Amino acid sequence: MMARLATLAPSVVALLLGLGLAFWMVGLVSRTKARVAGRVGAPLVQCYRDAIKLLGKAAVYSRTTTALFKASPVVSLATVLAALAMVPLGDVEAVVHFSGDLFAVGGLLALGRFGTMLAALDTGSPFEGMGASREAQFGALLEPVFLITLAALSRLTGATSLTEMMHVLHRMDATTTLPVVLPLVAALGVAYLVENARMPVDDPTTHLELTMIHEVMILDHSGPDLAFLEYAAALKQWLFAALLVGVLLPIAGVSGWASLAWGVAGIASVSIAVGTIESSMARLRFRNVPGLILGAGAASVVAFLLTGMVR
Amino acid sequence: MSPLTFVGAGLALFCWTGASSWLARNHGRLAQGLAGVGGVLASVIGLWGAVDVLVSGRSFELTLPWSMPGSTLHLGLDPLSAFFLVPVFFGAGVATIYGVSYLRHDAGRRRIGRTWFFYFLLAAAMGFVTLARDGLVFLLAWEVMALSPLFLVLFEHERPQNRRAAWIYLVASHLGAACLLALFLLLSPEGASLDFNAYAASSASRAAPPTLLFALAVLGFGSKAGFVPLHVWLPEAHPAAPSHASALMSGVMIKIGIYGLLRVLSLLGTPDESWGWTLVAIGATSGVSGILFALAQRDLKRLLAYCSVENIGIITLGLGLGLVGWARGETTLMVLGFAGGLLHVLNHSLFKSLLFLGAGAIQHGAKTLDLEQLGGLSRRMPVTAGTFLVGAAAIVGLPPLNGFVSEFLILLAGLAGVGGSSASIVVAAMVGVVAIGLIGGLAAATFVKAHGTAFLGTARSQAAAEAHEADPGMRVAMLTFAGACVLVGLAGSFVVPLLGAPLAVLLRQPVAALSVPLFAAADSLGVALLVFAGFFVLLLALFTLRRVLAKRQPAVEAETWGCGYPETTPRVQYTASSFAHPLTREVASVLRTKESHVDREALFPKPATFQTSTPDPVLDHLLTPLFEGVAKLASRARVLQQGTVHLYVLYLALTLVFLLLGLR
Repeated sequence: MMARLATLAPSVVALLLGLGLAFWMVGLVSRTKARVAGRVGAPLVQCYRDAIKLLGKAAVYSRTTTALFKASPVVSLATVLAALAMVPLGDVEAVVHFSGDLFAVGGLLALGRFGTMLAALDTGSPFEGMGASREAQFGALLEPVFLITLAALSRLTGATSLTEMMHVLHRMDATTTLPVVLPLVAALGVAYLVENARMPVDDPTTHLELTMIHEVMILDHSGPDLAFLEYAAALKQWLFAALLVGVLLPIAGVSGWASLAWGVAGIASVSIAVGTIESSMARLRFRNVPGLILGAGAASVVAFLLTGMVR
Repeated sequence: MSPLTFVGAGLALFCWTGASSWLARNHGRLAQGLAGVGGVLASVIGLWGAVDVLVSGRSFELTLPWSMPGSTLHLGLDPLSAFFLVPVFFGAGVATIYGVSYLRHDAGRRRIGRTWFFYFLLAAAMGFVTLARDGLVFLLAWEVMALSPLFLVLFEHERPQNRRAAWIYLVASHLGAACLLALFLLLSPEGASLDFNAYAASSASRAAPPTLLFALAVLGFGSKAGFVPLHVWLPEAHPAAPSHASALMSGVMIKIGIYGLLRVLSLLGTPDESWGWTLVAIGATSGVSGILFALAQRDLKRLLAYCSVENIGIITLGLGLGLVGWARGETTLMVLGFAGGLLHVLNHSLFKSLLFLGAGAIQHGAKTLDLEQLGGLSRRMPVTAGTFLVGAAAIVGLPPLNGFVSEFLILLAGLAGVGGSSASIVVAAMVGVVAIGLIGGLAAATFVKAHGTAFLGTARSQAAAEAHEADPGMRVAMLTFAGACVLVGLAGSFVVPLLGAPLAVLLRQPVAALSVPLFAAADSLGVALLVFAGFFVLLLALFTLRRVLAKRQPAVEAETWGCGYPETTPRVQYTASSFAHPLTREVASVLRTKESHVDREALFPKPATFQTSTPDPVLDHLLTPLFEGVAKLASRARVLQQGTVHLYVLYLALTLVFLLLGLR
């Protein structure tokens, strides 16, 4: 029992770190963008301050909305929290893992998105309908890409759970797996950008309703509800960054607490990279986003085909 | 008493109920009462027997004499039959409760008796199809099952589109039946016996190649199940029938096509790998195109009918992966593929029935099923909205509902195949995984559109603004189905091991040989259940936190943000078509959506109009021209028929001469 607890300890700490540092990571992206643009930027803890402020405010509800609108932020946050418990941080195993847990992660995230899209339509606002429509489109196209990526990982490692995949991948020779890992990183990177509404898919800082996706869907949420949604979004970003780090930085020989530190450092570098990408390019036209996702799909298929050579 | 007695009694009671409500047709309320009591009683009795067989894994046979040469009245009840009898009895029983409420306002009219007669005849015939163990008995039951929905589709026969739907249904159904006739004759050893046991025993000595038999089975049963491009009758027939009948047809009857396919597969012996490939291809095509067509529809019932095509695709995908595994001797792939397909049969019967009943409630309450006329119904129809939401989430495959469990099994099968050694298995599994992913994403878009435009926002028409909630009986039925969706979703780890017995019948292997992958999957689902339990705890905790915060700072009411314009109208809302447009535009060449618009660009523009509709391209661009071509060719042969006796005498003489020359 004690031994089990000892192995579980880094996992629990990794989960808690995720819960604690997700907003910090978002701050890191903003800070990077500010620095590249030549500004000082907001403090790294700005998101925490915003969230605390929002939690103390009153919510404003549109008269058109129903209970579904009020439930959606809670559902959104709960799905991401539950999904995060199944995602390993680099080589640190997840708190819960079982054969096929990747589908449970995907299912829970899809449930959260389903709720957010319905809540957007619940307001009867044309802008939010527009956002939900775009979210539905990109989500539908991304789902198969995400599954091919994970299937390629599963084929490469012979494992059927995320934790096991990362465990095996971290013990494989990095130079031989490189031809598979590179296209996988590209595909997962696009998945990260699309799922988290980052540039060049969505502009999180725009002020025009017509050109947003995620932000416009939550236009009518306010107060604690908005805080929940922002936190859920940050956690989701952490989740995808953790997956990306696991595939991108398969470092053998470190284990336990050392790999935990390695994972957090990886997430920080991913965030800085994302901030740099965001600073260096403009948002794509919405009609061109499917092409980007299709490209990621092609990369994941290439990775999948190359697994045959590597194994 | 043996379970076969219970099942038989249930089916007989269905027949009796149908007959008695028809006899009582002049007394609307009596007919309704008889239908309600008889239907529910029959379901409970039959369900008892079916569940008993499913849990115990035993089989029962009964042979009665009848005066057909080469045929015996051979009935049997094994776990495979029992598995399909569960949706038959459960679906028919719950939909009966709904129907009694639904038809209440029509009770003064004579067609009530007729509707109930054919409804129960359909239910009984579906049961008898699963019990038949003889080719002739099977075909007779099949034909009754195929014909009775015709009269349900013609419920409102005064509408021309319903007569057209009935006609399309009849043609599709009989083209399928023709294939089945050929199939059962070719299956028998030297045409001597039509008994299923004889079919199975003669699998080595049969003259017809097994692949031909498989192809006939796919065509015959596929036209009932709704494989693309044989699906054309579904979007026509389902909207025409009364909603409880649509629920039975879409939820249960099309699955009997799947049952037939599985039963014949169990008789054909070890399959060829190409069969698995065929089913994977059909499944992926039906699944993806079905959901794309569903996405483009604006009539809710048509949308649901196309979505049935999609779900049949998912089922077929699972079965195809199972067949590939069977042919290759990969146990995990075989068991999980078949198990996922089979479980999706049950799951789809629950959520699709639920959604059709919801559509019926909307038709009743808001007088239209055109999504562009609906909106804001969840305030006036909370129970319908809530249960429809459960059904929508379940059909999309979201956890922790039942659709997730069956798709989880198919995806696990996909992972097992992806890790396989032979290229053909890997590619088949990959196609399966990609298709399930794409279908899942598109289904989410479709049902956000359906639920969002019908129930959320504000009413787009006067009728929707004045909608009323469904009657109590209808609500009970919808709540029952929704409860079943949640229950199967949460109890996945207990339901999955039950699939061992039906799979053992299908694969002709002992249950023990199949149980390892099943129990492994059940274990995974058990851990997943823990995660979902944690999810519920989190939900509760967050709701409590939310409530505490709201006490300190009470919420304020306002209007929806409209860029500063306070006065908005329902017409500014996103419509169902515009919601789907970004996706349907990508595949416009397949969908062939018709757009008609009047743009008025001038200094002082007059009102502009824009309209889209998506009729079935397979019907319009493939089948209709095909049948017209056949008719044209046939009319050429009319030259031979001049209606003059001399000419016919000449034909006779010529034939005689021809025969004499030939026989010499």
